[in-house]
Amino acid sequence: MIDFFAFPPAVQALALVILVLIEAVVLYVGYGVVERVVAPPLIETIENA
Amino acid sequence: MEILGLGLALLALFIVFGFMVGVFFGFFGMGGSFLITPALLILGYPAPVAIGSSMAFVFGTAVIATMKHHDVGDVDYKLGALMFVGIALGIEGGKVMVFFLEELGHAEVVVGIAYVLLLAAIGGLFIRSAINRDAPDEDEATDDTEIPEIAKRIKSYNIPPMVTLTDGSKASMWTISGVGGGVGIVSGFLGVGGGFIRMPAIYYLIGIPLTAAVGTSLFGALMSGAVGAFTYGLSGVIDIGVVTALLMGSALGARIGSASTAYVDENDVTIYFGIMLLLASAAVAIGESAEWLGMPILDTVSFVLLVGSSAFVTSIILYYGAMAVRSNPRGQVTPTGSDD
Repeated sequence: MIDFFAFPPAVQALALVILVLIEAVVLYVGYGVVERVVAPPLIETIENA
Repeated sequence: MEILGLGLALLALFIVFGFMVGVFFGFFGMGGSFLITPALLILGYPAPVAIGSSMAFVFGTAVIATMKHHDVGDVDYKLGALMFVGIALGIEGGKVMVFFLEELGHAEVVVGIAYVLLLAAIGGLFIRSAINRDAPDEDEATDDTEIPEIAKRIKSYNIPPMVTLTDGSKASMWTISGVGGGVGIVSGFLGVGGGFIRMPAIYYLIGIPLTAAVGTSLFGALMSGAVGAFTYGLSGVIDIGVVTALLMGSALGARIGSASTAYVDENDVTIYFGIMLLLASAAVAIGESAEWLGMPILDTVSFVLLVGSSAFVTSIILYYGAMAVRSNPRGQVTPTGSDD
């Protein structure tokens, strides 16, 4: 088991920046898929409401 | 039960708040990060944690925005790169100020007061813009590819070293570094992306056409966020659970806010956004006075005011959007949120 907090602060800070970057990319792509699936029927529902 | 180190109620709160901030970002083109730090301060997070986490959130939001606009092409990467040193030094300076104030025990108060003034000023500008939206600005260039008179005057001063920008014009490295450093200090001190001052500064001081200024400012926000997250990360003060929860909400909200721009006239909503910022300013002031007056109930009032006003404006945008969709025949409106 790797002890993350044993790394120097610079490595921890860089890992944090990379983690946020990955989170952002995953969320962007994931919500893009959700949007393509959900948006058309949602707009149709609002139009017909 | 805890997820991401947060209780379920707090996790839900951050996701919902991130969603609202994302809607503002997608709709108004502003990160809304200036709402994150005050919210965290009101919730009792220490100033360095609130600012550092907000900077990491700014980075994530800017990454998403950059991916969304990557094919527009209106980004002066050379200028962005030249600003990098100034931004990095400025953020480090802002961080040093925060930690110095924290040692003195005044960080929360000083940052809080700065936010009261900042939110009131931006709110006032939005309201003025909404009221005077038909009156032309005398110093505003009429064409998006032109630059204002003040920028032309600043560019006429040849203070070496001069650098040639992507559009072929020249600018002094002192102006570029000054803009980068000035915005960096504000970013590092308040935990904001700084787009609300960087974009006007690039346009009015460096003299980049408006279309490129927006994209270049976004690139600057990405750098500010990355440098800020790294700088505060070195001190181990970033709460990654808070950042993740906020990003989960804002990534969705930004898509909906962006799609809403195809349906909703920004002028209909701008005044509400301005009023919300004034209420946010009041919320921070009330939150700060809670400790001075020894009345913890004011903290609750402050938070309800901040989140409530944000929820109200988000509802207005979504309501206008839904009404516009209903009133437009199918196929005549095209959401802009599906351009990836």
